[in-house]
Amino acid sequence: MTKPLLEMQGLRKQYGTVEVLKGVDCTMRQGEVISIIGSSGSGKTTMLRCINMLEEFQGGRILIDGEAIGYDEIAGVRRRKSEKEIARQRALTGMAFQQFNLFPHLSAAQNVMLGLIKVKKMSRDEARVVAEQWLGRVGLSARADHYPGQLSGGQQQRVAIARAIAMNPRLMLFDEVTSALDPELVGEVLQVIKGLAAEGMSMLLVTHEMRFAYEVSSRVIFMNQGVIVEQGDPKEMFLRPGTERLAEFLKSSSFQ
Amino acid sequence: MGYTLNFAAVWRSFDLLLGGLLLSLELAAVALVIGAAIGLVVAFALAGGPAFLRRPAQLYVTVIRNLPILVLILFTYFALPQLGIRLDKNPSFVLTLAIYAGAYLAEVFRAGLLSVPRGVKEAGLAIGLTPMQIRTSLVVPLMIRNVLPSLSSTLISLFKDTSLAAAIAVPELTFEARKINVETFRVIEVWTVTSALYVVTCAVLAALMRLIERRLAIPK
Ligand SMILES: Nc1ncnc2c1ncn2[C@@H]1O[C@H](COP(=O)(O)OP(=O)(O)OP(=O)(O)O)[C@@H](O)[C@H]1O
Ligand SMILES: [Mg+2]
Repeated sequence: MTKPLLEMQGLRKQYGTVEVLKGVDCTMRQGEVISIIGSSGSGKTTMLRCINMLEEFQGGRILIDGEAIGYDEIAGVRRRKSEKEIARQRALTGMAFQQFNLFPHLSAAQNVMLGLIKVKKMSRDEARVVAEQWLGRVGLSARADHYPGQLSGGQQQRVAIARAIAMNPRLMLFDEVTSALDPELVGEVLQVIKGLAAEGMSMLLVTHEMRFAYEVSSRVIFMNQGVIVEQGDPKEMFLRPGTERLAEFLKSSSFQ
Repeated sequence: MGYTLNFAAVWRSFDLLLGGLLLSLELAAVALVIGAAIGLVVAFALAGGPAFLRRPAQLYVTVIRNLPILVLILFTYFALPQLGIRLDKNPSFVLTLAIYAGAYLAEVFRAGLLSVPRGVKEAGLAIGLTPMQIRTSLVVPLMIRNVLPSLSSTLISLFKDTSLAAAIAVPELTFEARKINVETFRVIEVWTVTSALYVVTCAVLAALMRLIERRLAIPK
């Protein structure tokens, strides 16, 4: 049995006094494509952000390749790791955001190159080669020197995905990457994600695109009020939901 | 009116005025550079620094902004030596102007820092940049673009404020003009030419800054 890629053990997160993750347990193997579904406010985004240490969490552990993320526990005392160590761990995961979050003052190629140069310590020339390769993969070779403001939403999101993937992460996190897009631009982004899935990229994707989750994922996780209520094979789950909650959720979403 | 204009005396001393003008520019430029460095550090302390840095930063900004600059100039030049800190008049003035500019620029930069979208910083974190790399590669470049217009007007204010250095006999433009005035009595001519030099130089500075703004503008 190989070591899991990602483990969450009793993950707890609160904003002030409000608990939004109430003990999330989940194990993910390399190569899995897991879709996370659930109603608004159920904690999907928060969970992804904890994995990438964009949020602090107060309880439980997150392990990537067996390595504890974000916190050390020595003799029962929990301490946040150093900023440098956390930065290194963040590079283990790539993240694509709902709002793209491209660096507006850098061209598409420079967006991809920045992490390669600053984090991977590549030379500019090496980084440029890698950046062009990945921009090619997301169908944007011709746009390498365009700035974010000169790109459509779908193109920006593809640059953002290229920027994350180019860092060669162990795991990709996608947070509703198509929700901010005009409907006609959704397809091109989903196509890119599908391609990555087919190549064996491990990914966790929060999505409201039920049809896409159904087609692309090896497993679906249904979250509600800060816990995982149900998980399993998408075909099983969508056709025969095991809980009343999921049945309701599927009815209210666009999936049919 | 018995006053007939005669610029000859002024033209004879024109190189003195130009020398003064160059010194004024130099004082303003050095003060801007040092002031911007101070302002940047203070702005980071103001916008989300820990309390032990934020408090002194707030105190600095409040005190300086509530002091007339002339008082600050005289204080540095006359009072500091009593405390054992002795500076020549040029460095003394530049230091004063830089400290003064720093307090104003800190506020300008602070607003600029707040205008950098959180998502951009988070995207930087997500690819593994350290907080310091995010500051140098993302936050400062974006902030600078936002504040360039304010930076431009600060530079022009500083340039004009260099005329106050005349109070401690720094030989900048206003000081030289007053000297020529006293020596030649061509009052109207001297102050007309001096005013023209200030106005034209400010216009040139503004044009230069607009050029830089255009250079740094993000293509849309
Ligand atoms: N910065 C914050 N401060 C306080 N509460 C927050 C913050 N961010 C999220 N929350 C709360 O945490 C809960 C979970 O939010 P989260 O964004 O993870 O939900 P989600 O499942 O991603 O929802 P959506 O489908 O709308 O994106 C919500 O109740 C939300 O109001
Ligand atoms: Mg969300």
